[in-house]
Amino acid sequence: MNMNRRETLKSLLLAPLGAGIASAAGCAGGGRVNWTELPREYSYGRTAAERQRDRELFAERYFSEHELITIATLCDIILPSDHPNGGALDAGLPDFVEFIVKDMDYLKTPVRDGIAWLDSHAIDAYGADFIGIEEAQRLAICDRIAWPDVADPALQAGIRFFSLMRDLTLTGYYTTAQGFRDLGYQGNVANVWDGVPAQVLARHGLAYEAEWLEKCIDQSRRDITAAWDDDMNLTS
Amino acid sequence: MSNQETYDAIVVGSGAGGGMATWRLAQAGLRVALVEAGPWYDPADDSQRTQFRHPWESPRRGASTRLRPFGDFNACIGGWELDGEPFTTAEGTDFRWWRARMLGGRTNHWGRISLRFGPLDFKRRDIDGLGDNWPIGYEDVKPYYDQVDKLIGVFGTNEGLPNDPDGFFLPPPKPRLHELYYIRGARRAGVPVYPSRLSILTKRINRERGVCVYCNQCSRACGLHADFSSSTVLVYPAVATGRVDVYTNTMVRKVDTGPDGRATGVSCIDRETRGESRLNGRSVVLAASACSSARILLNSTSAQHSSGLGNSSGHVGRYLHDSTGASRAAFLPELMDRDIYNEDGVGGMHVYTPWWLEGASLDFARGYHIEIGGGMNMPAYGFGFAANAYKRFLGERVGGYGNALRDDVRRFYGSRLGIACRGESVPQFGNYCELDPNTVDDWGVPVLRFNYRWTEQEINQARHMQDTMEELLEASGGILLGEKPGLDRQYGLARPGEIIHEVGTTRMGDDPATSVTNRFGQLHDADNVFVADAGTFVSQADKNPTWTILALSWRTSDHIIERMRQRSL
Ligand SMILES: Cc1cc2nc3c(=O)[nH]c(=O)nc-3n(C[C@H](O)[C@H](O)[C@H](O)COP(=O)(O)OP(=O)(O)OC[C@H]3O[C@@H](n4cnc5c(N)ncnc54)[C@H](O)[C@@H]3O)c2cc1C
Ligand code: SF4
Repeated sequence: MNMNRRETLKSLLLAPLGAGIASAAGCAGGGRVNWTELPREYSYGRTAAERQRDRELFAERYFSEHELITIATLCDIILPSDHPNGGALDAGLPDFVEFIVKDMDYLKTPVRDGIAWLDSHAIDAYGADFIGIEEAQRLAICDRIAWPDVADPALQAGIRFFSLMRDLTLTGYYTTAQGFRDLGYQGNVANVWDGVPAQVLARHGLAYEAEWLEKCIDQSRRDITAAWDDDMNLTS
Repeated sequence: MSNQETYDAIVVGSGAGGGMATWRLAQAGLRVALVEAGPWYDPADDSQRTQFRHPWESPRRGASTRLRPFGDFNACIGGWELDGEPFTTAEGTDFRWWRARMLGGRTNHWGRISLRFGPLDFKRRDIDGLGDNWPIGYEDVKPYYDQVDKLIGVFGTNEGLPNDPDGFFLPPPKPRLHELYYIRGARRAGVPVYPSRLSILTKRINRERGVCVYCNQCSRACGLHADFSSSTVLVYPAVATGRVDVYTNTMVRKVDTGPDGRATGVSCIDRETRGESRLNGRSVVLAASACSSARILLNSTSAQHSSGLGNSSGHVGRYLHDSTGASRAAFLPELMDRDIYNEDGVGGMHVYTPWWLEGASLDFARGYHIEIGGGMNMPAYGFGFAANAYKRFLGERVGGYGNALRDDVRRFYGSRLGIACRGESVPQFGNYCELDPNTVDDWGVPVLRFNYRWTEQEINQARHMQDTMEELLEASGGILLGEKPGLDRQYGLARPGEIIHEVGTTRMGDDPATSVTNRFGQLHDADNVFVADAGTFVSQADKNPTWTILALSWRTSDHIIERMRQRSL
């Protein structure tokens, strides 16, 4: 699967009719919010029961267009796309959130209620729902709810929701190729492990004990078929 | 399925016990029917492969589901619940039961920790006066452990420890960075550490199987067949002898017996067609896993065996026991801002601590070993949750948004050290599984009901585990995460069944009044029926059970072969 956002873009009007003034959010332009569309077909060793379940999940539509746009806008604030490794929208976050709340249905209500909270808060503070207000106003709201140590009881629902969306955004991003690149992740490839690199050991002030190292595999002999003497000593 | 042939042996279940019996019996020239409730499985087949998949190949990024409780890429078809195959628990019992339905059973995704029991582990009653001794000792099993080591391959080191025997080991991999911190911490705390012992090929053992390429994904099952799964390592070569017929998606309902009370074969259900069928055999080897084999026996009632086959003692299902378990984790500030390199290693820990306080005066019986976790693991669902929560420990503000989060994620990546303890419980007659008179599965077969409570021994042991884990994590430079559980939570003691080492339901013994099988896993009540899974365990040491299942299954198989040669079966 290629996560290159040039391939397929989902595009929704940032401000649906009646929602107030259209404005640009994050990487959104011209009153639209764009994100990479995620595939709906997967093949990775599934059983028939699993394939069936995933088909059902993909067939279900949970979020309204308004909710999806709000999710997109919020994810874009959490991890913007103005970065060489891309951001939430490049990683298709709205599609991911839509899928994951259907898969883990205990997340459905917290996300839906969170969006409703965000909209009421925006209307009370700025006279329009979250996607209908100015970008600076959106950021001002986020500044209020992005820090869990804030004790204001009136903000707790918003804080919980923002924390949830931050978790989902980061998880949805770091489990893509862009996220791997951003992290510098090196694994999930065939290799021959031969211990912690010397410069890393040095940096940590650690060293392998000589006696321990002696017992470890000599990787130049890994392909030589094992043989032992009767006293359990490896002779190959 | 209809087959007029009378097999020399019908093996029920293709996990550790059944795979070994099938391989050994076929290799000795016997005609074998292997009956497995689940489908055929090969992790090298791309339609079943989950190894080397990237998280984005799953729409849920590897998160667990009810159908894959240990994650979307885990190899296990099955889990804590099986559709159509319920089980029940008696009031006051909180038992969990993990089942696999696939060729190879739970050995496709198990942890590959491959420990021999030691001499003391067979004779615990002699030491603490609790429970019972095994009728056999280490010297009876040692030759089979030796053969299992060489046939299957296990890395480890000969340390000359009194109750953690040496073996025919392949050399272990070098420790990872967090494991070096653990080693240093354990040395400070006066707790020993050794290279771990896992059945993963760090070195070639034959031309059929590959050598490990360090992807850290044994729980997804190895397409190179470089780790031990019963399917890839035992069943395939058994089938290659041409003497084995494998019946997949076929559920054994009961063992059929003749007028003399001996087995004549098994009655099965085809899970796809729901059709009923019969296989004929001169002997039957049950290896459906400890509780499932007990269930089959209890369901095999006849005029001769009115309370179930092998159950004249009333002991089938009794003495069910699991390992104890508890875990804790810490944040290691010294592992912040790590250099990022590939440290996947094998699919498990490279170092571990065996029980080190044998003979010490403690307020609980028996011991536990320590398993280590951590490292720069592949991101999957859950990665990035509470991304900068450790900032709290640095006096910095937690939360926020924007590109600064990227720095937080990198900064704390791989800075967690986890410890898990796995210990020995004391088997109880009063902990058991039985048939639930009110519940049947989708095929009308009565299901198991569990009765299980921990005793003070296990609860006190868990308290000791918690103290030890705190000491070790802090000595390793860690800041403890989470709260230390108190007595109200049984000190974090895992629920019975949760460690997935359930054993003891058809225990062996010399006295037919207090045991189900003899010392060869042969039923006292029917001499051509054998149990080759962990049901025969008299006590489950603090060592994980599978290496002992394999050794005992080989031993039982040799007994069958010998008896058939003597024509006394
Ligand atoms: C995540 C995990 C990690 C583990 N880690 C370790 C470890 O590191 N070290 C260790 O020693 N152990 C470990 N274990 C335990 C280990 O997997 C088991 O001890 C071992 O697989 C038991 O082998 P078995 O042959 O008794 O049963 P299983 O492997 O469970 O196989 C039983 C087979 O019988 C089949 N079956 C059941 N009922 C019927 C029926 N009625 N008819 C036909 N077939 C039937 C099942 O479908 C299954 O395939 C782990 C287990 C899990 C789940
Ligand atoms: S760690 Fe090694 S043995 Fe395990 S799955 Fe990867 S390559 Fe195979």
